[in-house]
Amino acid sequence: MPARLRPTIFAVLLTSTVPVAAAELTVAVASNFVKPLEAMAPVFAAAAGHQLKLSTGATGKFYAQIQRGAPFDVFLSADEKRPALLESEGRTVAGSRFVYAIGRLALWRPEPGQAVRPDMLTADPATRIAIANPKTAPYGAAAEAVIAHLGLTEALKARLVQGENIAQTYQFVATGNAAMGFVAWSQVSRDGAAASGSAWLVPADLHPPIRQSAVILTRAADNPAAHAFAAFLKSEAARKIIQQHGYDTE
Amino acid sequence: MTPTPADLDAIWLTLRLAGTVTVLLLLLGTPLAWWLAHSRARWRGVVNALVALPLILPPTVLGFYLLVALGPDGPLGQLTRSIGLGALPFTFAGLVVGSLIYSLPFVVQPIRDAFIAIGPRPLEVAATLGARPLDAFFSVVLPLARPGFLTATVLGFAHTVGEFGVVLMIGGNIPGETRVVAIQIYDHVEALEYAQAHWLAGGLLLFSFAVLLALHTLNDRQARR
Repeated sequence: MPARLRPTIFAVLLTSTVPVAAAELTVAVASNFVKPLEAMAPVFAAAAGHQLKLSTGATGKFYAQIQRGAPFDVFLSADEKRPALLESEGRTVAGSRFVYAIGRLALWRPEPGQAVRPDMLTADPATRIAIANPKTAPYGAAAEAVIAHLGLTEALKARLVQGENIAQTYQFVATGNAAMGFVAWSQVSRDGAAASGSAWLVPADLHPPIRQSAVILTRAADNPAAHAFAAFLKSEAARKIIQQHGYDTE
Repeated sequence: MTPTPADLDAIWLTLRLAGTVTVLLLLLGTPLAWWLAHSRARWRGVVNALVALPLILPPTVLGFYLLVALGPDGPLGQLTRSIGLGALPFTFAGLVVGSLIYSLPFVVQPIRDAFIAIGPRPLEVAATLGARPLDAFFSVVLPLARPGFLTATVLGFAHTVGEFGVVLMIGGNIPGETRVVAIQIYDHVEALEYAQAHWLAGGLLLFSFAVLLALHTLNDRQARR
């Protein structure tokens, strides 16, 4: 090695081993869970001294990006499938996968103070009903199951519009382009009641549970902040915030 | 790996959308380009800027405003409903409207530049020879502006084929109605169907390259004549 390179390499080594005392943690989070996570971030920062940096997006896209080395430390998925796949591919810290929240589905319309019942789905055949894409979004698959359970699959077939994710589904209804939509209870409720518009909380036994898993990714194996955050997500304080935002916990 | 019927539906829909939009844009864009090339109006700059706006606006901005404006409560939505067209989001017609705006600069700008390049001289000569303005336009201006029209047609078509953000925002992902190739690819990737995604994405890549190569070859040949 040329002698003149040594100081440079030394400097690089020095800066790459910054102490992790107050680390920054990059979290890839499914769009539906952004709000509770934002509410949790200051609590976590106060308790553990680590800052969260949030990347929000669709679970499938994150999966593809993580496979190609995206710089995330923790992945909060909207489903169980993608974290399990990443685990089987050896991209996660062994034993770090757990269910952090169980999503609830709501039938929602933007006008406040109105009754919302499943029989209203067929009330006006001229209107659209929004669901998330059942093929790619867990809330969409759940909505499809509910519609099937209600025996309305054929009746609603021509009236369904699909959002790419649950945020877009909400947007379709909020802008009045669809009369009603199956959205995440977490999007429209606070502390167990509809916070905007009017909603029917779909009974959990009408669809397969929307279990959302988290994993620590291999690049954060030696990052104590990642492990601290995973532990925090399972804590009573975090679970309370998660429930306030319209999710069940295990 | 062969394409699924849903893939073929998406391809056919995309071609129909791009074809419809290109024809409409040529019809609407030509008079506009002519005006931009010849008008001395003070607000010509404003119109030029408006035409160019879709070039730099994120498609999501355009799509979001279209969703709001075309929705049942939006100004355009109330207009389309009052004339019996219904609400346009989630329909093929809605995608056509969105694409008209989205691809406008790709059609208007090449035609406008071709008109400017021709200059007033050929028209003056035609007028001296007794040609009426409309006659002069079709027998003098159009042939001279052919490279501009060729570029406009190809770019307008190809750009609409490659449209994603606007369709994502106002389409609603309905098979055979609004699920175009770009959305179908996105769905395949989201559903981890990478082989299917490759098939369509590779096809789109080849198509786009072939179209641009053909355009440049044709324009080069034209220029050498």
